[in-house]
Amino acid sequence: MTAIIRYVTWAVIAALVIFMAWYYVWTGGFAGQTRLSIGGPFTLTTDEGKRLSNEDLKGKPFAIYFGFTYCPDVCPTTLVELTETIETLGPDADKLRYLFVSVDPERDTPEQLKLYLSSFDEHFTGLTGTAEEIAEAAKAYRVYYERVEQDDDYTMNHSALIYLMDGNGKFMDVIPYGAEPDERLQKIRKLIGSG
Amino acid sequence: MFETLRRSTLTLAAVAALMVPTAYAAEYKVGDLTIAHSWTRATPAGAKTAGGFAKITNNGTEADRLIGGSADKAGKVEVHEMAVVDNIMKMRELENGLEIKPGETVELKPGSYHLMFMGLEGSYKEGETVKGTVTFEKAGTVEVEFKVKAIGAKMEQHGSDMRNMTHKVELQ
Repeated sequence: MTAIIRYVTWAVIAALVIFMAWYYVWTGGFAGQTRLSIGGPFTLTTDEGKRLSNEDLKGKPFAIYFGFTYCPDVCPTTLVELTETIETLGPDADKLRYLFVSVDPERDTPEQLKLYLSSFDEHFTGLTGTAEEIAEAAKAYRVYYERVEQDDDYTMNHSALIYLMDGNGKFMDVIPYGAEPDERLQKIRKLIGSG
Repeated sequence: MFETLRRSTLTLAAVAALMVPTAYAAEYKVGDLTIAHSWTRATPAGAKTAGGFAKITNNGTEADRLIGGSADKAGKVEVHEMAVVDNIMKMRELENGLEIKPGETVELKPGSYHLMFMGLEGSYKEGETVKGTVTFEKAGTVEVEFKVKAIGAKMEQHGSDMRNMTHKVELQ
């Protein structure tokens, strides 16, 4: 009888240890550390040709998305959806910044970004830079991107998440691709509240 | 008499006017394949790519493959698959085309299989119609028109599609 209790106890402890190890790996560390791990320093060039760093963003929360202008589907869809959210927010929309960072600096010059973003809400700021600057920003945000060759052309695979950062550049939340309008609005309202 | 004639003419005109929207629900046939609901999306300024979408049905007894096509203003059209896996958008060309099995309908749509219009010269504006073709391995090439919807449009959100669906039901 006591042997059974002992076995069960050990089994429970083993299960707990396995669960905790899995949880640690899954969350990329414990909660506090996870929050710190997204976001960080970067310096890029805006679609107006000006330099912008994470330091310049302090004091105002922001939504940041990585994409490219030759993107046929997710990028325009995401920008249209965010445009809808911005319109719903009305004057509150000004309490946030909306950044669109190119993962394709070879084709996305500041001029190309400015032209492209003219089709969406005026709140968007396009950001590009050298390949190294983009790589640094993407690394800070744990953004994955890769160039895919296509005969004489190429396209980009990339993360399709909108990162929501508070006024101190601290990670707050993400909006996944395909999120419902209500989810986008609620998360952005909450972000505005944090600022 | 004239009054009756005038009325019936008016009625005919009204009926004709009602039929106009259904003209958009064009279906194109090549061999045993039917292409319905072909559409694309308006392109943002400076964009060089667009997606072509449609519902393709194979009414025959043999499988065929969608291997390409063409579109106004596009330098090249390829068959692609897009998927968001683990929050990463991935695109790939279907080098061997997309199989349409007998008796099946395959839908090309945003976030999935699509015709990739590449090297766009100029842009597509909402409400326009883009002339193009789609090509199948066995059935060959057929001319189609792609109706241009809003940037980021999703099929099910648009009233015109509801109309097309109604039209389809009526046909059955």
